[in-house]
Amino acid sequence: MRFPEDLLYAESHEWLKVEGSRVTIGLTDYAQSQLKDIVYVDLPEVGSKFKKGDSIGVVESVKTVADVYSPATGKVTDRNLTLKDHPEFINGDPYGKGWLVKMEIQDKEELKELLSSKAYQGSLTEEL
Amino acid sequence: MQGHNRYIPHTEEDIRKMLDTLGLEKIEDLFQAIPKEYRLSNPLNLPEPLSEPDLLRHFEGLQVPMMSSFLGAGAYHHFIPAVVSHLVSRSEFSTAYTPYQPEVSQGTLQAIFEYQTLMCQLTGMEVSNASMYDGASSLAEAVLMAHRITKRKKILLSQAVHPEYRRVIQTYIDPDQQEVIPVPYQKKEGRTDERVLFGLLKEDVSAVVIQSPNFFGVVEELQPLGERIHSCGALMIAGFSEAVAYGILQPPGAMGADIVAGEGQSLGIPVSYGGPYLGIFATVGTFVRNMPGRLVGETIDLEGKRGFVLTLATREQHIRRERATSNICTNEGLCALMAAVFLSCLGKEGLKELAMMNLSKTEYAKKVISRIRGCKLNFTAPTFNEFVLRVEKNPEEILEKLRKKGVLGGLALEKFYPELDHHLLVTVTEMNKKEEIDRWAEVLEKG
Amino acid sequence: MKKIDDTGLLQGELLIFEQGGKGRKGYSLPRWDVEEVEVQNFFPPGLLRKELEGFPQLSEVDVVRHFTRLSQWNYGVDSGLYPLGSCTMKYNPKVNEEIARMSGFSKIHPYTPEELSQGILRLMFGLQGFLGEITGMDHVTLQPAAGAHGELTGMMMVRACLQARGEKRKKVLVPDTAHGTNCSTSSVASYQMIEIKSNEDGVIPPEKVNEVMDEEVAAIMVTNPNTLGLFEGHLDKIAGIVHGKGGFVYCDGANLNALMGVVKLGELGVDVVHINLHKTFSTPHGGGGPGGGPVAVKKELAPYLPIPVIERRGESYRLNDDRPHSIGKVKTFYGNFGVLIKAYAYILSMGAEGLKKASEMAVLNANYLMKRLKDYYHLPYDRPCMHECVFTDRIQERYQVSTLDIAKRLIDYGFHPPTIYFPLVVKGALMMEPTETESKESIDRFIETMIIIAKEAEEDPDLLRQAPQKVKVRRLDEVLAARRPKLKWTAPSPPSPRRGER
Repeated sequence: MRFPEDLLYAESHEWLKVEGSRVTIGLTDYAQSQLKDIVYVDLPEVGSKFKKGDSIGVVESVKTVADVYSPATGKVTDRNLTLKDHPEFINGDPYGKGWLVKMEIQDKEELKELLSSKAYQGSLTEEL
Repeated sequence: MQGHNRYIPHTEEDIRKMLDTLGLEKIEDLFQAIPKEYRLSNPLNLPEPLSEPDLLRHFEGLQVPMMSSFLGAGAYHHFIPAVVSHLVSRSEFSTAYTPYQPEVSQGTLQAIFEYQTLMCQLTGMEVSNASMYDGASSLAEAVLMAHRITKRKKILLSQAVHPEYRRVIQTYIDPDQQEVIPVPYQKKEGRTDERVLFGLLKEDVSAVVIQSPNFFGVVEELQPLGERIHSCGALMIAGFSEAVAYGILQPPGAMGADIVAGEGQSLGIPVSYGGPYLGIFATVGTFVRNMPGRLVGETIDLEGKRGFVLTLATREQHIRRERATSNICTNEGLCALMAAVFLSCLGKEGLKELAMMNLSKTEYAKKVISRIRGCKLNFTAPTFNEFVLRVEKNPEEILEKLRKKGVLGGLALEKFYPELDHHLLVTVTEMNKKEEIDRWAEVLEKG
Repeated sequence: MKKIDDTGLLQGELLIFEQGGKGRKGYSLPRWDVEEVEVQNFFPPGLLRKELEGFPQLSEVDVVRHFTRLSQWNYGVDSGLYPLGSCTMKYNPKVNEEIARMSGFSKIHPYTPEELSQGILRLMFGLQGFLGEITGMDHVTLQPAAGAHGELTGMMMVRACLQARGEKRKKVLVPDTAHGTNCSTSSVASYQMIEIKSNEDGVIPPEKVNEVMDEEVAAIMVTNPNTLGLFEGHLDKIAGIVHGKGGFVYCDGANLNALMGVVKLGELGVDVVHINLHKTFSTPHGGGGPGGGPVAVKKELAPYLPIPVIERRGESYRLNDDRPHSIGKVKTFYGNFGVLIKAYAYILSMGAEGLKKASEMAVLNANYLMKRLKDYYHLPYDRPCMHECVFTDRIQERYQVSTLDIAKRLIDYGFHPPTIYFPLVVKGALMMEPTETESKESIDRFIETMIIIAKEAEEDPDLLRQAPQKVKVRRLDEVLAARRPKLKWTAPSPPSPRRGER
């Protein structure tokens, strides 16, 4: 499993790519391996606002449902509509074609609570 | 002596051997986990068990006599072909569980897939589920679904919807989340009063609930209603209690309904004193993930062969638990199968002919009755196989006289509609012979 | 040469829409003794449909062949042992089917005047009494159509009772072993669910209930025995804690088959319980219903029962709608009468002695099964069980074989698999409930098969991973079914002309 070093990670298994006040959010390789074949993704409308920790969408496999949590407070600026016809991108390319949403965030201080690749991997071994 | 029980195979020897394997002395030892003070020392207070012949005799004594009937109002006497009960009694269908293991349930799964297809064809909608409990609870779940989709509070509910369906809707909704606003019916025509309805249609309305044919048998004009409902962002929920009407009438799906929730009892299911019946639930493709109930989908197996499975189960209680679209688990599977067999027998031409016979017999009855002094058809709008009759005399007295002649002449409406205190709801199906209709009219005439 | 299926009785069967032909008819209507009307004279053209597009056209023989063949691919209780945990797949007596079909029951309209339907009302009143006696409760409603429907009805009655007291409690306590319907019911009834974790013994510890119980909690929803097949031994204490703060104890009665004549739930402190007639009381499952979910309550909740309530006045029975505090109705008419009558017949056939024997043998069968399999499959709770037991795939995991593989391999040996992956608190759960109608030989054969499968898992695991092989369809692609849902048949569109063609 891969955990690119240039990304930040949440304990709830989302990854963030930070570019100024813009972030791209997706699910980690660990998350997709646990969910198995993704069949459907429910993404928020562009323009919707969320607080850190809010559920912004849902990812479904045949036998499970998982919430996607917002790692920061902000507004959705873009969402990956190709996932509608190709939910399998999340399984095959979780950090690339499988991105979920892009957000404009307010408070970069909130990102300090997120984990580095190494710290996230550490938390995983604890869980296992 | 009822020492043995034909449903429990264990002999004394079997029990002994099994207890030995467990290292136990007696059967009571199996229940150690139950605190002694709660273990019953006396037998349950139930009647002595009956043998099979005595059981049958007991029930023969409880049977209710059958009479010539003009009752409808949500339960309809239709002819059920012998083939329906024969096929549905096959124990591979009736003693099977929910098809969670598809490889050994292809019979149930394919039959339900066919049922779902037939319901879409019948109602003109894009997707149907595998059944709900009955028309009323189906309609109530439609109201809950509309709230999930629109997030708005108000439900406009036509008073011409079956009174029991309306009561069930009222029971299901959470008054903190949804509010029912009644919409009256037009006194002259018997249709939902569209003037009042349009007046109430605002941005806080989540859905409008209309039944067609409605409780009075009157056919509503859904198309113009639908257009107005959609223009304010609300949903149109169309209900029905007499599915046979759609053998000749334009289905709700063709007239803009967003959700169709009705009763399928007319499709090969006995009236059986009120249940089990069949809740039909269908909607447009875009709302499929918000639908309650089971769904069967087509797929392929490892070898590329076509097969069927339960799908989109992530909406349901066993996966989504507290965020499920409904709590429904066991539904009315075997009744859905009855409907599938029934419609397979009738087919394209048969359902149409059945509907025409119902309409024709009802129109004959209306013609005969309206000639009688003191009897008048109450509503002017077209009806299917039910209509409301206004009588000068006390309706209960008239029904009593008819009962003495072995006829259940109709339903007095006062208990549901206090303003209709001189009115009877009369239902005529293909099962009412011309002589019966004539005899009933005779009694009405004699007074 | 055209290929024809050579798979014997498992041969493929087209959908009804893909067979038959124009003009075929399979129905027979009464003679036309009135004039057929011209439909256009009654309805404007916009209200008439042109045709029933796509509807099949089949002869009676076509219909019978079709559904008969379909049935042959199904497995029912009449086919063999059906050990689904918490489903109680016991034998469905055939005489009860005959009784339900009698014209004096199946052809009676629900609005038949009470004076004429006394036999039916007497039957329903009698059934209420029996169910009340068996569960140790005061009043029963027969209206709900299934267990989950009963749960909703029961929870709505609790809510109404609390509201009448002027209390608006928002929370419900639900153990982690609960059936999914308990959670979704709480949600539909607008409660917030608080989960209680079971202890290492697999039951709810009263201390945990004490921690979370307060005046905001409307009820605790328990299942007894629970979904691990274990008796909730602390239920009386838990009931005391909940009652102490003014809450109610709801019991999911799905596992009642372990307790009949042995213990009364009402005596353990239960205030409201639903009963699954299609489980404990032998009415057929039907491939997904119809069921019956009567609800039994203590007298405190009686004012809130759905209407109408069936009452006895002297020698006659009536339907009483005059109940101002009733929650209303959850279904039209009175309940799934065609199912109720079978349960009533079953109780009359069994009597007190028979029902007790049923529970005793159900528990004996499950413990025997558990004892004989524990050397081959991992048992997460190694204590005597009630009517069902739970194993896991922990031993077989070593060979990269899962619960799913074990289940599918059982199919090759002619058995329906047990419940898999439930309850959720046990990873890789295999929940087995033999029921009392299985003979020792039947269970022995199942045990021997499970032992063979355990051996296969070790020596030839591919047999499990490739299973099932001896069936009409192999493992089905559920991912495809969910990604590209195809939920009905559609007529194939005519092939579009290729470029260059006309």
